[in-house]
Amino acid sequence: MAAILKDRRVRETVLQGAFVGSIILVVVVFAVTARANLEAQGLTSGFGFLERSTGWRISFSLIEYSTSSPYWKAILVGILNSLFLGAIALPLATILGVTVGVMRTSGNGMAELVGATFVELFRNVPLILQLLFWYALLLALPSPRDAEPVLGSIALTGRGIYVPGLNVAGGAVFAAALILLLAFGLSLWLKAKRWPNLHLKDAGRERGGLWVLALLAVVAAFWLGRLPETPFLSVPEPKGLNYRGGIRISPELMACVIAISIYGAAYIAEIVRAGFNAVPKGQGEAGHALGLTNWQIFSRIRLPLAIRIVMPTLINQYVWLFKATTIGIAISFTDFFMVISTAINQSGQTLELIAILMSGFLIINYSIAWVLNRVNAAIKLRGTQLRI
Amino acid sequence: MPAHHPVIPAELPRQNVLTWLRSRYFATRRDAAVTIVFAAFVAWILWSLIGWALLDATFAPNAGEVCREDLHGGACWSVVSTRWRIVLFGLYPFEEQWRSAIACIVMVIVAVLSCLPWFWSAKRLPLLWTAGFAIFYVLMRGGFFGLAEVTEQNWGGLSLTIFIFAAVSLLGMPLAIVFALLRRSSLPWIARTMALVIDVIRSLPLLSIMFTFAIVLPFVLPEGLTGDKLYRVIVGYALFFACYQAEIIRGGMQALPAGQEEAAKALGLGYWHRIGYIILPQAFRNALPPTINQFVITFKETSLVTIIGFFDVMASGRAASGTADWNFAVVEMYVFVGLIFFVFVFSLSRYGAYLERRLGVGRR
Repeated sequence: MAAILKDRRVRETVLQGAFVGSIILVVVVFAVTARANLEAQGLTSGFGFLERSTGWRISFSLIEYSTSSPYWKAILVGILNSLFLGAIALPLATILGVTVGVMRTSGNGMAELVGATFVELFRNVPLILQLLFWYALLLALPSPRDAEPVLGSIALTGRGIYVPGLNVAGGAVFAAALILLLAFGLSLWLKAKRWPNLHLKDAGRERGGLWVLALLAVVAAFWLGRLPETPFLSVPEPKGLNYRGGIRISPELMACVIAISIYGAAYIAEIVRAGFNAVPKGQGEAGHALGLTNWQIFSRIRLPLAIRIVMPTLINQYVWLFKATTIGIAISFTDFFMVISTAINQSGQTLELIAILMSGFLIINYSIAWVLNRVNAAIKLRGTQLRI
Repeated sequence: MPAHHPVIPAELPRQNVLTWLRSRYFATRRDAAVTIVFAAFVAWILWSLIGWALLDATFAPNAGEVCREDLHGGACWSVVSTRWRIVLFGLYPFEEQWRSAIACIVMVIVAVLSCLPWFWSAKRLPLLWTAGFAIFYVLMRGGFFGLAEVTEQNWGGLSLTIFIFAAVSLLGMPLAIVFALLRRSSLPWIARTMALVIDVIRSLPLLSIMFTFAIVLPFVLPEGLTGDKLYRVIVGYALFFACYQAEIIRGGMQALPAGQEEAAKALGLGYWHRIGYIILPQAFRNALPPTINQFVITFKETSLVTIIGFFDVMASGRAASGTADWNFAVVEMYVFVGLIFFVFVFSLSRYGAYLERRLGVGRR
């Protein structure tokens, strides 16, 4: 026996087998215990419960949902809400973060001071605390009866924020979002495919045309999807104790969007700042020597280089930020995580629901990383054009 | 750029305040405009903040009625001066709260000491933290030396936050080293399995991991292994921490020139000597800034245990302003709790930035 173990290959095989085996053993023990516990509680394992109706309400939903809807639909509502929140908050965080990052590297003392304060203030306080803070502020807005509309027809009330909207079917909104996404992807693809040989002016014209087409398609989608017998534009108006018409943004969604985009922006700003600092000074100086204006140097040289430098870090940051959307449960925003935890309470199908939660996050996060890595591969500089 | 070239400090022209102001704030016409707009913005924010937080504010304890009738809209710090004990100590028995306070101070001292380079060795740092943690636990738990016993159910406030943080760090760090070593193991199946585990855990939200360990684990574990809910959450969090930290350590190892390990091998050092004396010390040095950053994030995210139902500093802050006679002062309470976090996190992150400059990692 001892002689066999002296053989290195045997030893390594035994070691690896033991390691993988012990992990499998843990999983098996979990499964067996869970099965025994389930039987003791009189529950049947399996995913059959997904067809049962839930019996609980969801306050915010992008698709048709009622208390008699099945579990799978409730989970779908949660996933869509999480994606919706991410789709709003992540771009906002990017815009704000890039702005602050640029401020911090602008060379203007006052802008740098404001940027630094913003970053230090919002990066050093837990997200959940910020979320509760914004939520408390939003709930403290005047009641709909006392709220005065601002900017014409936007009403800031403690029950939500009312903005003018279009009376169109949900499908049209979805189609419009899809068209814009497609146009964005297409413009990136066009650029990547023909980049080295494409003249700057032609590229601008081509992309401009693409966006005009996309906007026309969006308008057409809205027009085709308008709801019959209602005005196309719906404006919120005070009626009785509440506002009618327009689109109501609930305080929960609003607080999540504000908190996540500000918290994310503070992190993104630091990443962007590091990116700008990593762009070699000579690049900007060469631009100066060629007689480019400050704005041209910024928009044509420093920003594109900085974005390419920070792209890998940014991708991790986006995945991390998307995971942070689960925080919505603290103020009862019905995201993916909250739907799952409610479903666990109601149905007792713990293991199945946890499995759904984990695989859902794995799929979403890997997709985000995959798409952004493709974007990164498309825009990254080839060869040795950038020497750092 | 060549790696090593002497840095010659430029002779700066003598500056007075005026030229400095001009170059920093009013270099061009656009700079002047930006400066003025931002200065006005800052002045407006500062003015409203000072008015709200200081001039119109109520500070005296037990002045809830005054605040309620006060229509100036100033801050009501009365809620803090009346109920700060709940925020700091939670449900800890009133007569014993000095123990909780000393325990917190001990951990803060441990944290400050571990910033001194003298403690940065594989023996001293774990010893310091274990000793500090033991003192913390004995003080908090009691039951020895004539101290009344206070079980974990009654811990709360800042001391619970610090306890969770310290326990996660103490448990997570060795685990992270083990994970990192397994991850770069030369045995393919061990490396692959570990990589899979690390990647999966890293792509899950911390909240779902805490939730799973708190609620689901008793369901799948054989009886007698479940333990207290608090410790289950700590183990889950430590696992999450370890997966992130393992990748950071691995990054530090990858930055090492291969020659280091080869030279150690050539000298006939065994695996544990190579890892313990050559690889890990240098890897940690490389990975110091991201490690500090990881601690910063870990401290902030302890606040997530609120959602699982623990009474940490966040939850106790909410509870302190959650009663009917104080519910109008929620924002003030959040500001107070935010300040507590800010003090800890800001000093830690500044220290990280200082280290980064000192180690010259940011400079290439």
